Amino acid sequence: MTAGKVVSWLKKPGERIERGEVIAIIETDKANVDVESFVAGVLEKILVEPGDERLPVGTPLALISAEGAGEAAVAPVAAAPVTAGATATAPAIAPTPALAVPPAPAPMAAPAAAPPGPGERLRISPVARKRAQELGVDARSLAGSGPDGRITLQDVERAALARPAVAAPALAAPAAAPAVPAAAPADSAAARQSRMREAIASSMARSKREIPHYYLAATIDFSNSSAWLAQYNTGRAVTERLIYAVLLIKAVALALREVPELNGFWIDGRARQSADIHTGVAISLRGGGLVAPALHHADQRRLDDLMRGFQDLVRRARAWSLKSSEMTDPTVTITSLGERGVESVFGIITPPQLALVGFGTPVERPWVVDGQVVARTLLSATLSGDHRATDGHRGALFLSALDRLLQHPEEL
Amino acid sequence: MNQEEIRTRVVKTLSGIVPELEPGSLKPGQSLRDQLDIDSMDFLNFLIALHQEFGVDVPESDAGKLGSIDACVEYLAQALRQRAQA
Repeated sequence: MTAGKVVSWLKKPGERIERGEVIAIIETDKANVDVESFVAGVLEKILVEPGDERLPVGTPLALISAEGAGEAAVAPVAAAPVTAGATATAPAIAPTPALAVPPAPAPMAAPAAAPPGPGERLRISPVARKRAQELGVDARSLAGSGPDGRITLQDVERAALARPAVAAPALAAPAAAPAVPAAAPADSAAARQSRMREAIASSMARSKREIPHYYLAATIDFSNSSAWLAQYNTGRAVTERLIYAVLLIKAVALALREVPELNGFWIDGRARQSADIHTGVAISLRGGGLVAPALHHADQRRLDDLMRGFQDLVRRARAWSLKSSEMTDPTVTITSLGERGVESVFGIITPPQLALVGFGTPVERPWVVDGQVVARTLLSATLSGDHRATDGHRGALFLSALDRLLQHPEEL
Repeated sequence: MNQEEIRTRVVKTLSGIVPELEPGSLKPGQSLRDQLDIDSMDFLNFLIALHQEFGVDVPESDAGKLGSIDACVEYLAQALRQRAQA
């Protein structure tokens, strides 16, 4: 993050502010983030109104008179850079950058106005803070499991689940589910679904608003891969087998090595390729919603290793126990809707990624090979690309590489 | 192990894969994929769980024979009989 725009103020001049309290919302490249005050005091003056242009990190946003320091001690509040390592995650698609308190931009004297050191400040992502408030969890009592001990959404939700039922917050059960027992976890499936829906809505709406998609489709002869897979699985114990999605993941990762322009992010007005290939794999959740966590370094892993990793991701995704890095690291997304007979999927890119690859169902169809009509297993592969970053020609090269790779599954 | 015992354990195993499963609403002759919205990963995990529960490793070529609860019970009963006779 290098710049941001004030979306709204949650406090008015003259209002009292506690340290750590969220006072404004800022729109960044990745998401809206909460701005926390790093001092207690009174909001004296708002310097930047909502809707003004994007301002560089470090711009003072407001003046706060610090507690016990008199009128003279006024601390500016400013947005700070967010490093990749400081990101936390929402339970769904959108990576949610955490807002760090900036190095003190020289407030006007008064020790009380100085921002506390890293050891004093509560390290917690905005989404986790909000959730803690909703669930009535005292975030200060938690040990963070995120980078640098940051408290994550999962930490908060785990803490809420671990509490005795009697201490559960008054989270209203949805009207449609009056039978929820009193001892049910505070974070009900319905609440999680609702949050996930919001995150998907936000991410997908942003994608369609900001990313000029182009779409390409190719029909790939999947017969060789299909036959190779059947042979591979024959005679293997059930724990050692592969599913065809793993071949697709590996082939996509290898094709991205050949067309790296599709692998990475659109940040600050330009495409940034990623040296690593972390394929986000779309996993649908029971009851609705989906997540697309990363299978890290998919291009470098053996198929059996990818299979174990994929199984583990699916299991944990459905148990709501993904790691934050898995949610923020994907450099591309792969989605397959083939399980339910869909022939093609033209997906929406997950911002700020540059591309999404979709697969339909492998189907047996008449196909012409060497001038003869023969029955072959065909697979529709599609690419949704960000036209700001690449053109259709690059996308075509990618699909062509994918086709070629899938003709030689033994080399994947 | 009689068929009813096998059936009970199959349903229990399945509910490990599909937590929201309501055993009472399962149609024993109908396709599990269609009834329960399970995908190939779920199905493979189901086969792995059956292997753990019954000690029967279903070969890839037989996987299609376990499409419904009835079919699972029949297949496992036969596999267990064969194992007992061996």
